[in-house]
Amino acid sequence: MAVLVDRTTRVVVQGITGREGTFHSLRNRAYGTQVVAGVTPGKAGRDVEGIPVFDTVVDAVLETGADTSLIFVPARFAPEAILEAADAGLRLAVCITEGIPVHDMARVASYLRGTAMRLVGPNCPGVISPGQANVGIIPGEICAPGRVGLVSRSGTLTYQIVHELTQRGIGQSTCIGMGGDPVHGIGFVEALELFEADADTDLVVLIGEIGGDDEERAASFIAERVTKPVVGYIAGFTAPPGKRMGHAGAIVTGSSGTAQAKAEALEAVGVPVGRTPTEVAELVRERMS
Amino acid sequence: MDLYEHQGKELFAAAGIPVPRGIVAVGPQGAREATEQLGGRSVVKAQVQAGGRGKGGGVVVADSPEEAEAAAARMLAEGFKGLPVTRVLVEERVPIAREFYAAFLLDRSTGRYLGMVAAEGGVDVEELARTRPEALRRVHVDPMLGLRDYHVRRLVGHLPAEAREGAAEVVRRLHAVLVERDAMLVEVNPLVLLEDGGVVALDAKVTIDDNALGRQPELERLRAAFPIDPVEARAKEAGLQYVKLEGEVGIIGNGAGLVMSTLDVVQRAGARPANFLDIGGGASAEVMATALEVVLSDPSVRAVLVNVFGGITRCDLVARGILSALERVEARVPLVVRLDGTNAAEGRRILEEAGHPRVVPAATMLEAAERAAELARAGVGGER
Repeated sequence: MAVLVDRTTRVVVQGITGREGTFHSLRNRAYGTQVVAGVTPGKAGRDVEGIPVFDTVVDAVLETGADTSLIFVPARFAPEAILEAADAGLRLAVCITEGIPVHDMARVASYLRGTAMRLVGPNCPGVISPGQANVGIIPGEICAPGRVGLVSRSGTLTYQIVHELTQRGIGQSTCIGMGGDPVHGIGFVEALELFEADADTDLVVLIGEIGGDDEERAASFIAERVTKPVVGYIAGFTAPPGKRMGHAGAIVTGSSGTAQAKAEALEAVGVPVGRTPTEVAELVRERMS
Repeated sequence: MDLYEHQGKELFAAAGIPVPRGIVAVGPQGAREATEQLGGRSVVKAQVQAGGRGKGGGVVVADSPEEAEAAAARMLAEGFKGLPVTRVLVEERVPIAREFYAAFLLDRSTGRYLGMVAAEGGVDVEELARTRPEALRRVHVDPMLGLRDYHVRRLVGHLPAEAREGAAEVVRRLHAVLVERDAMLVEVNPLVLLEDGGVVALDAKVTIDDNALGRQPELERLRAAFPIDPVEARAKEAGLQYVKLEGEVGIIGNGAGLVMSTLDVVQRAGARPANFLDIGGGASAEVMATALEVVLSDPSVRAVLVNVFGGITRCDLVARGILSALERVEARVPLVVRLDGTNAAEGRRILEEAGHPRVVPAATMLEAAERAAELARAGVGGER
């Protein structure tokens, strides 16, 4: 079954005619994802290797029955692309775009609360349900179908941990890259809720990093609502306060948002926190065997 | 991007928030002249992107132009908390009746704006929120709806009656600065009630969203005032995310999370990371070469660890980048290289065939970190 995306998902790619958009649309289609449409304003009537291009998301939905958007448009236009996806009635948008001003995202997030659409990202690697659908830029070949759900604020760190799981013969139900921006769509809490309800997920791996309080809120939610085992990882134990570590959201402000505090919050509710990606994979193996 | 206090106050003044009269000085002489212009007495404030100036000697109350000159001379010579001080703000002294605290920020846990006002000033607000939450009024504002009158009434309702009107005006304008200037944080600590009834911002802390600097060109220009590490400047020019740290293992990786994790794993292996360097996604051989040059230019580096997990990034290009960098810069230290993901086998083969004496291949991230830590320790003892 998996969560968010599966073999029934019908994807429209906003920004399909750009370099990244084209490359990943074709790569995702080759993986087996149903990439049914693309949108680039002014380029209606063309196609990208057989994928029809439309001017608006609504046109794409009416013509192809798309239900999920994958967004590659540049940061200046990405907020509007997300709003357009929501207004077209899609159930999910995955926004890969990096560099969106945070005030724009705050307004978008406010609007989305009144709609039925879920958002993953922005500044994220997307979502993959191995063997079923890849909606984003996670390399499909490092994943394997299985029963571990994974949610992460990072991209390549996710690949590292997925890779270590797959090498140990542990497959994944769905991997969600929720992104590294301060204001984002789905967070750990929503992802945990989805995995808790998913009959095909037995254990959840939660990969956090410095900054904000997503991990602390996840810990409270786990204590109250999650019955499945969770294994954690936090990046940034060595990060100095006040320095932005790559991701816009990865910054220790004052005494809050440290890796230590996050690891302690998770451990306090019984979530083991691996200190290296390898240790995380080992903790998962012990619990899955 | 954190602004200097005087830059923040210039934004405040432009938005109609009252601030004391102030003059920026870049030398002791300037501080003395400024104090003369302000009537012979002043407050001299070191301009740095760090807090805790009051307690740390970064703010000096001067009773004469000579005192101001001496204070400025000391600040400019000594710096503050290890940061260079290149300018001081010389301000008029104002008669303070009461001190408060006011701030607006973008609250990442709710995605809304958060306004905060406390009836005491000069406080550590995190501490206040923990110990006496009732002293700090907090109001969430929806970014689509904006600030409403009832938000403002609530925020200033616990201040003395004579301060409420002035504080309400400051709160409205702080919100405007937050939204219009793409700020993540605007903070006034303390906001003061003067003996004549005026409400004035004595301090200004403003953090601008880096992602919005493209549409705030006049704020982007303020960056020119900040002291820049030449190595960080070089990295930024090449589009690399680089943060200098205190250790001896130079780190290069792709993706912020993986690089942060690499730093942690090196630390666990018993060495200290010398830097954070993210080459980003889809990096070319050229980018990799620049990254190596940047890391090797740090004299404290005793070993370099390259940890790449190729998604968009192709490991064959990373390998070629390493080799081309080694033609341009002399590798004075060993280079542990771990490649995985897209085209990793080819990347490893390229490095193996080149057989460079300084390149040490490693099969896993953990092994690479341990090897680099070990080589750095040997390097510290062995060389020089």
